[in-house]
Amino acid sequence: MKDRVMRVQDLAVHFKLREGGLLSSKTFTLKAVEGVSFDLDAGETLGIVGESGCGKSTLARALLALIKPSRGRVLWLGEDLNKLDEEALRKKRQDMQIVFQDPLAALNPRMTVRDIIAEPLWTFFPKIARVQVDERVRGAMKMVGLLPNQVNRYPHEFSGGQCQRIGIARALVLNPKLIVCDEPVSALDVSIQAQIIKLLKDLQKKLNLSLVFIAHDLSVVKHISDRVMVMYLGRSMELSQRDALYRKPLHPYTSALIKAVPVPDPRLARAATDTGLTGDMPSPLNPPPGCVFHGRCPFLIKRCQLEVPALRRMESGDWVACHRAEELDLTIAKSG
Amino acid sequence: MALLEVKDLDVGFDTPEGEVHAVNHLEFSLEAGDTLALVGESGSGKTQTVMGILGLLAENGHASGQALFKGKDLLQMNSLELNQHRGSEIAMIFQDPMTSLNPYLRIEKQMIEVVMHHGGLKKAEARTKAVELLRAVRIADPERIIRQYPHELSGGMRQKVMVAMGLLSEPELLIADEPTAALDVTVKAQITHLMSELRKKSNAAIILISHDLGIVAGLCDRVLVMYAGEAVECGSVDQIYYEPKHPYTQGLLNSVPRLDRPDDTEMVAIPGNPPNLLSLPGGCKFRDRCPKAFDACTQSPPMQVGQDLHAYRCFLGVPT
Amino acid sequence: MTKSADIPVIDPFEAALGVTDVKGRSPWQDAWHRLLKNRAAVYSAFIMAAMFLMVVFGPMLISWEPDYTDWDYTSSPPSLASGHWFGTDAVGRDILVRTLEGGRISLMVGLVATIVSLLIGVSYGATAGYFGGAADRIMMRIVDIIYALPFMFFVILLMVVFGRHILLIFVAIGAINWLDMARIVRGQTLSLKNTEFVEAAKACGVGDWDIIRRHITPNLLGVVIVYVTLTIPQVILVESFLSFLGLGVQEPMSSWGALVSDGAQDMESAPWTLIVPSVFLTVTLYCFNYIGDGLRDALDPKDHL
Repeated sequence: MKDRVMRVQDLAVHFKLREGGLLSSKTFTLKAVEGVSFDLDAGETLGIVGESGCGKSTLARALLALIKPSRGRVLWLGEDLNKLDEEALRKKRQDMQIVFQDPLAALNPRMTVRDIIAEPLWTFFPKIARVQVDERVRGAMKMVGLLPNQVNRYPHEFSGGQCQRIGIARALVLNPKLIVCDEPVSALDVSIQAQIIKLLKDLQKKLNLSLVFIAHDLSVVKHISDRVMVMYLGRSMELSQRDALYRKPLHPYTSALIKAVPVPDPRLARAATDTGLTGDMPSPLNPPPGCVFHGRCPFLIKRCQLEVPALRRMESGDWVACHRAEELDLTIAKSG
Repeated sequence: MALLEVKDLDVGFDTPEGEVHAVNHLEFSLEAGDTLALVGESGSGKTQTVMGILGLLAENGHASGQALFKGKDLLQMNSLELNQHRGSEIAMIFQDPMTSLNPYLRIEKQMIEVVMHHGGLKKAEARTKAVELLRAVRIADPERIIRQYPHELSGGMRQKVMVAMGLLSEPELLIADEPTAALDVTVKAQITHLMSELRKKSNAAIILISHDLGIVAGLCDRVLVMYAGEAVECGSVDQIYYEPKHPYTQGLLNSVPRLDRPDDTEMVAIPGNPPNLLSLPGGCKFRDRCPKAFDACTQSPPMQVGQDLHAYRCFLGVPT
Repeated sequence: MTKSADIPVIDPFEAALGVTDVKGRSPWQDAWHRLLKNRAAVYSAFIMAAMFLMVVFGPMLISWEPDYTDWDYTSSPPSLASGHWFGTDAVGRDILVRTLEGGRISLMVGLVATIVSLLIGVSYGATAGYFGGAADRIMMRIVDIIYALPFMFFVILLMVVFGRHILLIFVAIGAINWLDMARIVRGQTLSLKNTEFVEAAKACGVGDWDIIRRHITPNLLGVVIVYVTLTIPQVILVESFLSFLGLGVQEPMSSWGALVSDGAQDMESAPWTLIVPSVFLTVTLYCFNYIGDGLRDALDPKDHL
């Protein structure tokens, strides 16, 4: 039985936007994240997948209390992060780190690699000896596959993949228990993506890290996730065990996402007839009533337009937010 | 006569740090109705190949060699001559629709301008044609969309508009530079499906530049794989995907995460990084990252062309 | 399909461990090299260096005192025979030595006023930009209000109340110039605040003042340096204008502006009294502008903020 490290309960992040002129103005509420719940165990990887506008980046920041939620709780090792005072919260940051999407933008261009990776050490151990800092920095670099003799170099001297490794080294140097990866490979070349995903997987095994891996593509998270959550317009549509999700998704949106991934196999691609989802994601400022996905769902019934489906647990232990979950069979056809 | 024949194309840039060789001795040809994919990662030279052919290089760039379009060498033409072909017989769709569409002009104005200039159509006729094309790319309510500004449309819509603009002049050669890179997965699928349909209807030759092996598999007849400015493998799409001969192609195909393979398949990554174009190594440029490198690789490998026209640049398989 | 197990692994680490650390190439070094390639900027820098030397040491080396009136040669044109290489003014004072002395004042005003506006402007702007919210709004409204004050009116007011002291010139000019700097720095700070590396620092628990010190300020320097280099000529010009109007430095001190003002009166009879200080002033302005332009290109935002 693994230990639970994080519990997210009905998390919501709303932004108030004002539009209008001098005399009249309208206030809109942007529900970037609405009612997300999940648990995370030690050493587990949760993949979070969704397209742009689904709120996954906002969620990532809310998990680390970089944004204050409008509703709900984020419990880290049993403690509500948003109830902690500033100093206590700051101390907790040692355990939870983040890796960003744009590898170069996440590094201060005027700091050397050594300083970048050492900064967390200085922050939490202000009296730490230089020799120790050097040791830990080089250790972190080795762990992520960077040559330690590069410590004096600057970010612009490295490639995208190497910059991402620097970012990961910085996240590791404090021995955290959780790393939230916000689309860590989206900006990288295909062959480098594979390297970074493998690296994260290796590190997770070695250090018993929990990972939250956010991506916009289901194929990317498949190799690294234990469970996968699918988001649409700020809401959680499905949360299932990895194997189950890819074989027999419970939600029509998940199924559409799986089918939308182009398979690098010419024969299969030529034979494919499915046109996939039509239309665009609705604006988060103006979500449709009932199920937010109903406008594009091929299995739409009257109820979907009226009632918001709650995220509920199925027999298999997986969760889905769909009125018709029991009756639909969305098994992915096996390719020959 | 081939529609487009590229011979010995070299593209370089003068930078303060030295000469950057973006493309070296590239050769390929394209017949009418063919769809060719230029596949490679950053630094492979695939975009600069096309920029060089169309005379769209940055100020410090220069291209040499031959790019024969219907027999006429594009590289020898000046801007004025090129403009007669660009936008009419040769159309280009760029990667990021937000930066390729003028944010200050309505869609209507941008679309009509091109076709009026080249086709000599009157405004009303051009507009009708534009609306028809927007409908053809599956934009619902094209009459309303055409009056909007680019920022009012979603990313997917903008890209569809770009595709429509590309087709407006009924080009014989359509070049699409990573047309789906900036889009979400489901929208990517829509655009890909759209391009696949349009391909069947028109006889345009298409050059598709992409690093996305999934999309290439569905859209193209032939594939040219580039690495560090050179063609490393060229063949039909089936040959490339089912019998890749060059280790880079093999590595690339292996590093793509796939949903159709069994769950426990290990992802194999190509070690190392793409080379620095300022200081390319001698011999085979893939040598440092190649799992099958051996002594001969310190020399420049020849391009081996098989009976089936499947070509690859490697020493492996060369009869000693 | 090759499995990873089949590929023989040559571990680059073992090979590279024990090798000395590679030297890094900071963005500043890159910018420096780019700057050195800009010929206009380099030549201007040399000319400015020469100007500084002349202005500082020149008057000591020239045999004429700035206030010495040579009755033998009043309003005499430049000649080697008279010993007055650049001629004399109506009262017989050597133009060259007066111009160099005037240069001391003009350049000093330029530098000091710029430094004052730099210190005030950067701290004000960075604070407003970083902390945002109400503090930012109030601080920038204050800037807007001061900006709206007519400069000349303010200077004349100061002169009337406190008399014509050289320190007042610094105060007047410095008091106006920091506004632009504050706005620019605030803008840069706003965009820096939202970068991912600042977010990363926050996620690591780095405190606000450490973020300002370590992340914001070094990345502001580029913009600030360029702006400072372009402010110096502006300030010199403002001072010259004030002196031209008769509001600047008082006799016997002189500045280029005052000299130009004097020279303009004798323009027809003794043109060199106008030409010499004008040339010095113009050359200085051009050089600082070329240097500033060169710095802006060298620190181009394409590579960094």
